Amino acid sequence: MSYLEYNTKYVPTGLRKLLYLNWPVIMLLTAVACAGFLMLYSVAGGSPTPWMEPQMKRFVAGMVLMIIIAMVPIWFWRNMAGLAFGISMLLLVAVELFGEVGMGAQRWINLGFMRLQPSELTKITLVMLLAAYYDWLPNTKTSRPLWVLLPVLFILAPTALVLRQPDLGTAILLLAGGGTVMFLAGVHWAYFATVIGAGVGGIVAVFQSRGTPWQLLKDYQYRRIDTFIDPSNDPLGAGYHITQAKIALGSGGWTGRGFMQGTQSRLNFLPEKHTDFIFTTLAEEFGFVGAFTLLALYLLIVLFCVISAVNNRDRFAALLTLGIAMTFFLFFAVNMAMVTGLAPVVGVPLPLVSYGGSAMLVLLVAFGLVQSAHVHRPR
Amino acid sequence: MKRPPKDIIESARLINRRALVVGAAQLGIVGALGWRLQSMQIEQADQFRLLAEENRINIRLLPPARGLIFDRNGIPIAANEQNYRVVMVREDAGDVGEVLARLTELVDIDPENLTRAMEEMQRRSPFVPVTIADRLSWDDVARININTPALPGIQAEVGLSRVYPWGADVAHVVGYVGPVSDYDLSRIDDQDPLLQIPKFQIGKAGAENKLEHTLRGSAGTRQIEVNAVGRVMRELDRQEGIPGKDVQLTLDSRLQSYVQARLDGESAGAVVIDLENGDLRAIASAPAFDPNLFVRGISVKDWVGLNEDKYRPLAAKAVQGTYPPGSTFKMVTALAALEDGVISADETVYCPGYTDVFGIRFHCWKSGGHGNINLHESLKQSCDCYYYEVAQRVGIDKMAIMARKLGLGIKHDLPLSAVAAGLTPDKDWKAKVRGEDWRIGDTVNASIGQGYVLASPLQLAVMAARIATGREVTPRLVRLIDGVEQPSGLGDSLGLNENILRRVRASMNDVCNHRRGTAYSSRIMVDEYRMAGKTGTSQVRRITPEERARGVISNEDLPWERRDHALFVSFAPYDKPRFALSVVVEHGGGGSAAAAPIARDIMLQALYGGPPPLDAYPVAVRDKIAAQQTRIEARIPPGSKAQGRA
Repeated sequence: MSYLEYNTKYVPTGLRKLLYLNWPVIMLLTAVACAGFLMLYSVAGGSPTPWMEPQMKRFVAGMVLMIIIAMVPIWFWRNMAGLAFGISMLLLVAVELFGEVGMGAQRWINLGFMRLQPSELTKITLVMLLAAYYDWLPNTKTSRPLWVLLPVLFILAPTALVLRQPDLGTAILLLAGGGTVMFLAGVHWAYFATVIGAGVGGIVAVFQSRGTPWQLLKDYQYRRIDTFIDPSNDPLGAGYHITQAKIALGSGGWTGRGFMQGTQSRLNFLPEKHTDFIFTTLAEEFGFVGAFTLLALYLLIVLFCVISAVNNRDRFAALLTLGIAMTFFLFFAVNMAMVTGLAPVVGVPLPLVSYGGSAMLVLLVAFGLVQSAHVHRPR
Repeated sequence: MKRPPKDIIESARLINRRALVVGAAQLGIVGALGWRLQSMQIEQADQFRLLAEENRINIRLLPPARGLIFDRNGIPIAANEQNYRVVMVREDAGDVGEVLARLTELVDIDPENLTRAMEEMQRRSPFVPVTIADRLSWDDVARININTPALPGIQAEVGLSRVYPWGADVAHVVGYVGPVSDYDLSRIDDQDPLLQIPKFQIGKAGAENKLEHTLRGSAGTRQIEVNAVGRVMRELDRQEGIPGKDVQLTLDSRLQSYVQARLDGESAGAVVIDLENGDLRAIASAPAFDPNLFVRGISVKDWVGLNEDKYRPLAAKAVQGTYPPGSTFKMVTALAALEDGVISADETVYCPGYTDVFGIRFHCWKSGGHGNINLHESLKQSCDCYYYEVAQRVGIDKMAIMARKLGLGIKHDLPLSAVAAGLTPDKDWKAKVRGEDWRIGDTVNASIGQGYVLASPLQLAVMAARIATGREVTPRLVRLIDGVEQPSGLGDSLGLNENILRRVRASMNDVCNHRRGTAYSSRIMVDEYRMAGKTGTSQVRRITPEERARGVISNEDLPWERRDHALFVSFAPYDKPRFALSVVVEHGGGGSAAAAPIARDIMLQALYGGPPPLDAYPVAVRDKIAAQQTRIEARIPPGSKAQGRA
């Protein structure tokens, strides 16, 4: 099957494609990234180094990459889906074997010119693979057990590898992202009801297993859960991070303490203030107004993706766009839930704002795919 | 394979329906996040703001300057001195070893301290200043300041430390300060946050200790902003503390210094009281120690040396030491008997050299006896038998009451460490403490200040003062606190019969000024300054009958710690008393030989306010006195050495 079945003569060609990009999404992405630059400048104590400058360079490189990907027809990417997934799985296995240990987990692979986090890449390639799969699969077979089992395996294979690193945050994102694509593709409700039921049962089992020889999670993960349930139990130990984060966030008030005036971040009470906890600095310095504005920008990005997807009659394009939008949504929602104390601290960065190369590049590549789907949509 | 158009439309519809469900779920999550932000940043904002302020603002205490202690003439005897020290901040230093090597070229630093400082620097955060050397001279500091560019991370700081310009001469009165210890904290109930400052100096002994609350002042505060690891970012607010109040003592530091010098070589105590207001002009205990040693942190060698000295330099003998008063107690016995009327001043008692009381023989110091003797002669010649007799007539309880009236056996309220209460025994005391009945022999012993009777030099001086004035003179050590005059120590009349008192004083006058008086050789030759007094020699051991039969061994032949204590109490001038004093020389031998000359010298110094003319002394001793005066004057530190508040 190919796009030949659609009327492709209306699809723009050459540089004209630039006019057909989803410009609102590009604007919104840039706005969010700029908020990130501002915060990285602030947490460095009013200095472009060590974080803002590299982040800007990566953003520019990522935007160029995004536009290049957008220029390439979406059907090419659909054909590449299997290969991309295969490569990311290989990299995950490579990390398992030769990866560098950082922050208590094996996550990085050194490619010489950059340190790559294959788990980041997998979030996108998994969505690609599932979208291509459901594009290929006839609608009637979608809910047949055998045809449901296959994508489940696609999801579980990388999830299992990521959990081994261990990286609970990415594992949750993979499960939820993949599951959402399956749901959107039309897999029967009953499957999801069963999985959610089993999931609740599993959580119960995880807690029951604690302290027994067949303990399912690492001690540090249990401690994170404990800290989440009641951070005040251990304010200087396990709960220190989240307690300080909440103090920073709450002390922002309506309009915040002013740019570079946040005492919690400036005086280093905040942990990981340039990566996972950067949202608390923003909330401290710009208050509820700033924090809510960022939340609204994120939501708008998701909204424009959803609009693009529902107007796209191509099944692969729609599923891919929605899947990426969902992954993006999960990124910021989990991060914000984490720093506001609604979810355990699982190590998910704030997309486009947190300092970090892999995550930003991968996200912009993903938005390149969204743009490609938008530009090359059947008309 | 071509997908039927119907299929495409159907699939797109399905995706859109499901997308709606997912979108609704996403909106729900965003709503929850928005609500959470709202509740934390708007509803609980104040509470979190407070927590953030608590995080960043630390309150540090600023120790106040300790109040100064002056003598009666405004000469400082406890002052604050600027103390220079060098500190090093590791992170500013770069190469720590290199910088320290350069520093040691400039100033002398104990290698031991250097190693300790290096260790401390490794242990603590790199921004914490660590003291490298303490108590540097101004020259050292100047050298360091000139070379600042070559010494990164090195800073000279200035603080205040306590200094006692008169050194050992005032040690037993002012005491000393030292860093507050855990033991101090467990012992004193004091909520003052200053005590929590490490190495904060508090009074450990003497007036420094007893006047601690007056001298200490109260803490200032400094609000500083700190970061998560405790580095100080900036100062937000500063409130200086209230300095401690200055105290002026009644002590005359020149006289005090003279007395200390005069007692040199003895284990002794002496007290001089001003009869106008009870002011203690001198409270001397010998030997003494240098209180400055304790401020700096005394070395083990010095500490052991002070503790093992058999003359006990750490004991403030003038107020802590209690001794059998010996014959100086005879005024008490006499006054008790005369006041009670059991004997009149002119009535005589026969002294055969001993008295037998229920089969026990009590000896007079003069084995041949004094014959018939009245009050006047008995005091002048210090006959014991007279007192054995009158004490039996008047009884111990009335003697004890008289003793307390004269300031013995009671604790005088002075801001000094361990002021002794002494002991004036009576029947109740013996029943209560010893669980035994009072025996007549005890009364006989007590009548000449032996047995259970104990008194400190301070109490003996008070006794002399009360006999001289007939008034309830109470000793006063603190003259002014923060410029406010403290109540005078000149009390009301004791209510004693003035005629009887006059007879006793006249007898004391003859002790010094009559040829047959026991202190005749220590008289004052100037008429208007004539001294009245009473010698005392108290035994520290029992003389057995066999010993007495062999002949009493003279003090010189006994080991030091078994010799008699020598005592002397006096007041002068006899006609118009100005000063009363007491001298106790531990194991000094006889009171007339060992204590009275010291008392006379001190009295003359007090009366003249400096070295007296040689005419005041009997011709025979003038050469010796002249030599002694030169020796002592050389030793007394000049008052100008003292420093004011820095």
